[in-house]
Amino acid sequence: MKLSYYPGCTLRTQAKDLDKWGRLSLEKLGVQLEEIENWQCCGAVYPQATDEIAKKLSAIRALDAAKKNGGKLVTLCSACFNVLKRVNADMKEGGDVAKRANNYLVATGYLSGGDEYKGETEVIHYLEVLRDYVGWDKLKAAVVNPLKDMKLGAYYGCLLLRPNSVMRFDNPENPQILEDFIRAIGATPVSYALRNECCGNYVALKTPDAVKAQVDKIERNAEQAGATALVTACPSCRYNLKVNGNGRLEGVYITELLATALGIKE
Amino acid sequence: MDNTELTNRLKELSGTNVRQCMKCGKCSGRCPMFDKMDVKPHQFVSYLADGKIEKLQNSKSLWYCLSCMECVERCPRGVAPAAVIEAIRESVVRPQGGNRLQPEEVPALLNDEVPQQLIVGAYRKYNH
Repeated sequence: MKLSYYPGCTLRTQAKDLDKWGRLSLEKLGVQLEEIENWQCCGAVYPQATDEIAKKLSAIRALDAAKKNGGKLVTLCSACFNVLKRVNADMKEGGDVAKRANNYLVATGYLSGGDEYKGETEVIHYLEVLRDYVGWDKLKAAVVNPLKDMKLGAYYGCLLLRPNSVMRFDNPENPQILEDFIRAIGATPVSYALRNECCGNYVALKTPDAVKAQVDKIERNAEQAGATALVTACPSCRYNLKVNGNGRLEGVYITELLATALGIKE
Repeated sequence: MDNTELTNRLKELSGTNVRQCMKCGKCSGRCPMFDKMDVKPHQFVSYLADGKIEKLQNSKSLWYCLSCMECVERCPRGVAPAAVIEAIRESVVRPQGGNRLQPEEVPALLNDEVPQQLIVGAYRKYNH
């Protein structure tokens, strides 16, 4: 099976591991990720102001490219998932932003008139591919190196889940998909309260102290529950855990663990 | 632009109906940056409703909001405090000279680990 894939800026640079092991793992599970052509950075944060159009164009172009290549777009990075899904919802809604963005894309020759983008593409997160296209049972059966001794905290953060009215990813208060993933690769998920809490994201650039307090709160909570590492799909979460954390609790990418369990990563 | 006009423009820019707020404070109660905020999320909503724009534009909270949508998720009345904060922030950074993150200061903020996501995100939030 082939699915269109949007890596995003960070997976090309600081988070190459997230990308590489993601592709290789899915390939082993029978899904080929086909990178869309000429994609640009999604912008990393969803522009909330109602008059923002320019900042949404790169996401719309990616969504339109996927529309013409199977109609589904898989992404791994939590930020890309958040931005693509929310921009897609704007386009589907067909309001002012959608009209003006389409006008611009037609006027600049990117789209032809009558071929406007109306939110047709389905944005899918990598974890959803594992659950809905591969299936936990098939994944379990493919595991050759179960991570038996690992007690892992599922770290959802903010971007996968909120706002739930648009993201519809999992139960926003009590999500289970990461825990199901952790079980499927043979490890044990621990239960802790702050798994849906934001890591501090871009605020870390100018005011790292505010973020240190935030990460400390999350890490202590996970440590008390017995976690030895936190599982994430987000480069920002991983960065803040590593650089602004207490140094004891590591953030690991879902795809690194997956590749290890499937025996393709040492 | 007089204050009424500015207030209406910002309400429009936020895309949320601040008059729906019933002042329960759940948004601020859930905000992970509550301690850092001089003006709290629920106050952004009520100040905008009352047209106290200057207070909001001078608030340090604009630079601490994580856009994590906790406040939006918790609001029982469908108000989006994060969108109000963003609309006010935009009104501060959009005029000439309003950028908060100067390109010259970026190299000193970087280390070998900083993901692009963080830099792009900060640029988008703090600059126009």
